[in-house]
Amino acid sequence: MTPSPLLPALILGLGGMALLLIGVLAKANRAQGVTMGAILLLLIAAGLSLLAPDAVLFSGLLKTSLFTRYADTLIYLGAIAALILSVDFNQREGIARFEYPVLVLFAVLGMVVMVSAADMMTLYVGFELQSLAMYITAALARDNPRSAEAGLKYFVLGALASGLLVYGISLVYGFAGTTNFAALAAVLREGAGAGTVAGVVFVLVGLAFKISAAPFHMWTPDVYEGAPSSVTALFATAPKAAALALLLSVMAGPFGGLVAQWQLLIQILAIISMAWGALAAIGQSNIKRLLAYSSISHMGYALMGLATGTLAGVQSSLVYVAIYVVMSFGCFACVVAMRRNGRAVERISDLAGLAGEHPAYAFVFAVFMWAMAGIPPLSGFFAKLYVFATAFNAGLDALAIIGIVTSVISAFYYLRVIKVMYFDQGQPQFDRTAAGPGFVMAVGALVTIFFIILPSPLVAAAGAAAKALMG
Amino acid sequence: MNQLGFPILSLITYLPLLGAFIVATLGGDDARAAAKARGIALITSLAVLLLGIFVWARFQPGFAGYQFVEAAPWLAGINVEYRMGVDGISLFLIMLTLGLTPIAILASHGIKTRVRSFFAALLLLETMTIGMFAATDFILFYVFFEAVLLPMYLIIGVWGGPRRIYAAVKFFVFTLAGSLFMILAVVWLWRHVGTTDIAVMTHTPIGRSAQMWLFLAFLAAFGVKAAVWPLHTWLPDAYGEAPVPGTVMLAAVLSKMGAYGFLRFALPMLPLASAAAAPLMFALGVVAVIYISYVALAQTDMKRLIAYSSAAHMGVIIIGLFTFTVEGIEGALFQMLSHGIVIAGLFLCGGVLTARGEALTLKNLGGLAANMPVFAAALMLFSLANMGLPGTSGFIGEFLVIIGAMKVNFWVSLLGGAGMVLGAAYMLVMLRAVLFEKSANPRLAKLKDLNAREYAMLLPLAALVMWLGIYPSSFTHAFDAPVAALVQAHIAALNPHMALAMVTAK
Repeated sequence: MTPSPLLPALILGLGGMALLLIGVLAKANRAQGVTMGAILLLLIAAGLSLLAPDAVLFSGLLKTSLFTRYADTLIYLGAIAALILSVDFNQREGIARFEYPVLVLFAVLGMVVMVSAADMMTLYVGFELQSLAMYITAALARDNPRSAEAGLKYFVLGALASGLLVYGISLVYGFAGTTNFAALAAVLREGAGAGTVAGVVFVLVGLAFKISAAPFHMWTPDVYEGAPSSVTALFATAPKAAALALLLSVMAGPFGGLVAQWQLLIQILAIISMAWGALAAIGQSNIKRLLAYSSISHMGYALMGLATGTLAGVQSSLVYVAIYVVMSFGCFACVVAMRRNGRAVERISDLAGLAGEHPAYAFVFAVFMWAMAGIPPLSGFFAKLYVFATAFNAGLDALAIIGIVTSVISAFYYLRVIKVMYFDQGQPQFDRTAAGPGFVMAVGALVTIFFIILPSPLVAAAGAAAKALMG
Repeated sequence: MNQLGFPILSLITYLPLLGAFIVATLGGDDARAAAKARGIALITSLAVLLLGIFVWARFQPGFAGYQFVEAAPWLAGINVEYRMGVDGISLFLIMLTLGLTPIAILASHGIKTRVRSFFAALLLLETMTIGMFAATDFILFYVFFEAVLLPMYLIIGVWGGPRRIYAAVKFFVFTLAGSLFMILAVVWLWRHVGTTDIAVMTHTPIGRSAQMWLFLAFLAAFGVKAAVWPLHTWLPDAYGEAPVPGTVMLAAVLSKMGAYGFLRFALPMLPLASAAAAPLMFALGVVAVIYISYVALAQTDMKRLIAYSSAAHMGVIIIGLFTFTVEGIEGALFQMLSHGIVIAGLFLCGGVLTARGEALTLKNLGGLAANMPVFAAALMLFSLANMGLPGTSGFIGEFLVIIGAMKVNFWVSLLGGAGMVLGAAYMLVMLRAVLFEKSANPRLAKLKDLNAREYAMLLPLAALVMWLGIYPSSFTHAFDAPVAALVQAHIAALNPHMALAMVTAK
């Protein structure tokens, strides 16, 4: 029996509303139960979406394929990990509200819709649904001024991005005469005028905001720092994967005929992101800000694959983002576990001496740092290897060389975290790591370490997904 | 698969990894777990040593290609396979790693903090090093080459001396920056050749100007690892600050990674550039031999003196490699083995004194020959071997290099040979200061001679020094074939018309 391709989205939407009702009607605080329910719903939706067949729904508004299933899986993975991390953290921080898991469900629904969008209108609807839910979660700790500030900042800049996106869409519609992806692709293959290209650029900018590619990254460090760590863990995984998948599907799909026009833009975005992410992170003393800059540079590497404009390039971007999601939720599990005397601590110097006190914790943290730095034999190295190799094979030597140089620069700040944990004297006296973060850390570390043994399934899946996208 | 029908190289490579995992997850109270960790680490390393000896016994010396080869699909989509194999060049470097790891474990008695992590790191280091020497795919090689950094960084930084953090970061930064150039070269070669199989890459001709750039990239990567002057500045810090077992692995095994890289990649893949760069490499080698020897002479600390002596001898190896004569390259290879054993012995002698609570400044030491005769004899033997005294391993290697260099250039040979004289100077200074001179330090007269554990780590090395010195052909006959093939291919690449003549002559 094959489930309907719409079923996962329906489960998310209806299940989210049901959980909302339960939360509202219950006398006691049901945050824990609602979170568990949300995780369960996400698991069911993930399983169903993997079983669902390819389809075109609502007369060409939505389209599911191997590509959307690949992206959906990453989204579910990131969201589930973030929810697991939130259970214990939110309770201890006093922000255990049942609205959070419900908002996450709606955000995931938005992401799933925007990834499967086959029309500019559905794209925008999904995009806004996930954005609005995300703005609220950033301000989840509403009594904390930093969190409120993060929410507001995210909202204002996000609204600007949405405005640019919708303006771009309207330009494209005005000049090309359609919002349907397939029709757009057919029209734009014939060539495009300046107006359409301007529209494409606006769309690109709007999406670049969401994946926080420099120079549209300004919100990232502040939002990462201000939002509660469990929420930051979500920001760093699911929406990043979704927005990147959307960028891939828009650029390679409807705008596929304009490769020559957008290729250079993507390259510039990639270079600025890699370089700025690497340089600006050096001076950071807050681990969340550091990871924010690190995510900016990672998006640069992921864009490098797309910048080639080839099928192999899209494949390498997809491999990159999958590995990134795993490293990222693992890393944030480590950050979420940084608690002393019942309070979350976030400075890098708080980690001093961790290796002596909690060897396993420090080792796992070091694994993620090294993986993000791209040091073999960890998964991050292979992610970078694939994008560098495809960039080189596509003749983008300069891009690949810049990527290699920036990855060495960024190795230094990752190394600093390891240095603090292993070499510096100190007594972090962290509280016992709760089961949730411990589990997420372990899963992330195992995948990151053992990816080397069996890289082919992921690469093959990414290849099939890229093929489904580009035909 | 291979002549055994069994992936023995992978077994040798990953068995220490298993050991590291067991050691790292040991439970129980600290003292008990530490003893258990030491035992498991030692047993693991001895087991892989036995497997290594088995490989050596079944190795066919007359064959120039890779033996015990393994191949399995690995990175899908980009045409990279998992390939392992040994030839006469890598066989003994693997044996050196296998032999020195148990000795380094024996020498780790002074490690008191985070013992389990230490042995896990040491075994991890063994896995990475063996994998690097056994890899016959460039990407796989790179993975291991880089991964060596991780355990070594921790070994220096966590268990090192007072300036350990500075040394660890410097070590990491230097090597990582070097590897950056190598990965660029690898990716270029990959695109050019279409595969990363080293055997195929070796036989693919590359244009002259590209060779020059690639050579510079390799020089940056392998030059840092081999501590070629002027890229050696990380070395005294790292050697000086690392704990004794770490120094042993660094000086004896890890420094060979650089020389091995030149021999495996730069020379056969880039014959034109290597030939063109030979004068430069000779110059760097001679500078290393003479200048660093003088620096060694000026040292006031035993460990740093040995560290500089190690760097000076790496100069001899570099000279030997770039003579492109069978003698020179065999000499360099032999010197790699000999240097590995001798330097390990010298650092271990230093470790013997550290274990007795003595600082290694030369001023602090003296007169140890009287109450530590066996120690004195061991230190004397390794020092003489380091000077290149006939009958010890050091002589054969240096002598072959000098002969090889003589065929190419008299002055290189003379100046490179000067290292033996200068070596004698600083080693004798050290011997006098440590063993004979009167010292104001009253504790020295009460120091006990070697204990059983120290015998167990120094005796095998002493025996090897003599074996290599007296009967070198049990080692050289294994690398005759690959070295001869390499030299022949090099000559053919430089003189295309001669290559044609050789083909027709057959």
